Amino acid sequence: MTALLELKNLKTHFMKKKANIPAVDGVDLTIQKGETVALVGESGSGKSITSLSIMRLIPSPPGKIVDGQILFNGQDLVTLTDDQMCKIRGNDISMIFQEPMTSLNPVLTIGEQIIEVLMYHQKLNKSQARTKAVEMLELVGFSRAKALVDEYPHRLSGGMRQRVMIAIAMSCNPKLLIADEPTTALDVTIQAQILDLMKDLSKKYDTSILLITHDLGVVSEVADKVVVMYCGQVVEEAMVEDLFDEPLHPYTIGLMGSIPSLDDDLDRLQSIEGNVPPPEHFPQGCRFAPRCPHAFDKCRSALPALMDVEGGSRKVRCFLHGDKEATS
Amino acid sequence: MVSYIIRRTIMAIPLLFGITILSFAIIQAAPGDPTSLMMDPSMKPSDKEAFRERYGLDEPIHIQYITWLGNMAQGDFGDSIIKRGTPVSELIMNRLPNTLLLMLVSTILAILIAIPFGIYSAMRPYTKLDYTVTVTSFLGVATPNFWLGLMLIMFLSVTLGWFPTGGVATLNADFSLWDRIHHLILPAFVLAVADMAALTRYTRSSMMDVLKQDYIRTAMSKGFKEKKVVLKHGLRNGMIPIITIFGLMLPSFIGGAAITERVFAWPGIGLLFIESAFQRDYPVIMALTVISAVFVVIGNLLADILYAVFDPRIEY
Repeated sequence: MTALLELKNLKTHFMKKKANIPAVDGVDLTIQKGETVALVGESGSGKSITSLSIMRLIPSPPGKIVDGQILFNGQDLVTLTDDQMCKIRGNDISMIFQEPMTSLNPVLTIGEQIIEVLMYHQKLNKSQARTKAVEMLELVGFSRAKALVDEYPHRLSGGMRQRVMIAIAMSCNPKLLIADEPTTALDVTIQAQILDLMKDLSKKYDTSILLITHDLGVVSEVADKVVVMYCGQVVEEAMVEDLFDEPLHPYTIGLMGSIPSLDDDLDRLQSIEGNVPPPEHFPQGCRFAPRCPHAFDKCRSALPALMDVEGGSRKVRCFLHGDKEATS
Repeated sequence: MVSYIIRRTIMAIPLLFGITILSFAIIQAAPGDPTSLMMDPSMKPSDKEAFRERYGLDEPIHIQYITWLGNMAQGDFGDSIIKRGTPVSELIMNRLPNTLLLMLVSTILAILIAIPFGIYSAMRPYTKLDYTVTVTSFLGVATPNFWLGLMLIMFLSVTLGWFPTGGVATLNADFSLWDRIHHLILPAFVLAVADMAALTRYTRSSMMDVLKQDYIRTAMSKGFKEKKVVLKHGLRNGMIPIITIFGLMLPSFIGGAAITERVFAWPGIGLLFIESAFQRDYPVIMALTVISAVFVVIGNLLADILYAVFDPRIEY
C-alpha cells in the first residue's frame, strides 16, 4: 500500500490581532489508497480545520498554513499556486459537508450543479455532462434521476440533498473524498443509508475517505483507521478494531465511556470533566492534563510526543504508554 | 403566475382610487386656485367667476372629482388651465421622453458602477479599496443633488466651459447626437450619484451575506476560481434583495428627477410637476399623480415577478 495523502507536522493558525491561534498544531496523518480514515474529536479539536487545510479552503485572512506539508500523491499541496489547486479540488479531492440543507445553491438546478463540475474538470460538453449527471444521480440511488436533473434543491429532503452532494463529489471520480460530519444533520435511518452509500462507492471506485465525525458509532461502522484529535493535535491513532478493543489515551477512553450502551445498566453516563480549552488558552504540558484522571506532575509541565506503541501498529500521545521520557 | 398578475392588478384598483381621492383633496386644500395666480389683479370679480365656471372650479369638490374621474376613465386627462387649453396628455408626452432618457441613462450608469464596486467590496471586505468605496458612497448619499449639480455647473460649465449649463440641446441648432449626449452627461451623472451610492451599499451587504453561505464553500470545493464562484453562484443569490430596490426606483422615474431637472433646466416631467404645483394647474397635477401611482404599482408588481424569476423557491 502506498500513501495517498500524508500530512506532516501540519500547522494551521489563525492570526488574530491579539494572539496567534493554533487551531491545528502539528498534525501527522496518513491515508492509504482505498482506505477510510476517521478523524474523531470534540467540537473545537481542529478536525474541520484540518480537512479545510487539505482543500486549501481556510478562510484567509485570518487563517494560514504556517508550517508542515500536505503530500498528495507525493505532491505538496501547500506549495501549489491557487490555479494549480483549483485543478485538484473537486477533481482529485472532493468534499461533502455537514449541512446538506444549505450546501446546495438554491437558485441552480441539481443537474446544473453536477454538470458544471463535469464540464470544468472533465472537459465534457453539455449533453455528455448531462448524461453523466443522470448516471451519477442513479448511482447514488435516485430512481427518477432524469426528472430530478431539472429540479431545484428546495424540493428535496436533507438526506436526498446529501445524496446529491455525494453525486457531485464523486462525479469526477476523486482519489480522496473528505466528508465533514456528513450524517450529523440527518435522521438516524438516513444516516445509515448515506454511510452505506459512501462505503459502496469508495469500494467500487477505490476512493479513499477522510471521515470527520464526533460520532463513534459512525466510526465503528465505516472506518478502517481512527485518528483521535484533541486541541489541534493527534492524541491517538489506531486501526478501528484495536481502538475499540482497547483505547489507550485517557481522552479516547473518556470518549468511549460516554457512549450509551444497552448492555450495561448504568444510571449515569460517564463524561469527561470540563471542556475543551479554547486555542488561546491551551495548557502547558499535555493539553489533556487538566481534564485527565490519571495526570501526574510531568503531564502538567511537558508535552508528550506521539509515540509508536505495540510494535508500531498504533500511536499514542501519553506518558502512561510507550517510552515514558519522549517529549515533544 | 398569470393568475397572480391578474389578481395583483385587480388589487391595485382600490389603491389607485385611494391615491386619486387623497391627492385631489390635498391639492384643493392648498390655498389659492389657478385664477389667483394667473389673473390680472385688475380683473373684474365677475370675469373671474366666469373663468372658474368655464373650468368647473365652482362645482363642489366631490362633483369635480367625479367629473375628472369620468373623463380619465375615458382616457381624457383634460386641458391645462394655465397653458390655455393645451391638452394635459400633450404636455406630458412632450416632456416624458426627456425624463425617461435622463432616468434610463443615469440608472444604467449607477448600475454599471455600483454593482461591480459593491461586489468587489464584498469579496475583499475591510481592505483599503473597501473603505474607499464605503466612504465614497457615504459621501454620495450625503451630498444633496442640487448642490452637486450647482458645483459641477460652476466648475465644469462656467469656469472650464467643458459642458453646457443646461437644457437638452443647443437652442436653434440642428439635431446632433453628440450635442444631445453632451447635454446629458452632467445631469445624468448628478442623478446617478445618489442611486449609485445607495446601490453600492446594498450590493455590498447583500453579497457579503451570500458569500458566507455554505453553497459558496461547496462551489469553492468544486475547484472553481473565486471569480466564477462569486459571479455564478453568488451574484444570482445576491441580486434577489436588490430587485426590491429596483422596484422602488421605478416610480422615482417620474418625480425623482424634479430637483436635478430644475437645476439643469431639463424640460422633463419633474420640472412640469413643480411648475404645475406652484400654479395650481389641477388637471396636470392630477394626471402626473395618477401616472406616478401607476408606476408605483407596476414597480412593485415587476419586483414580485422578478423575484420568482431569480428565486425558484418562490411560487405564486
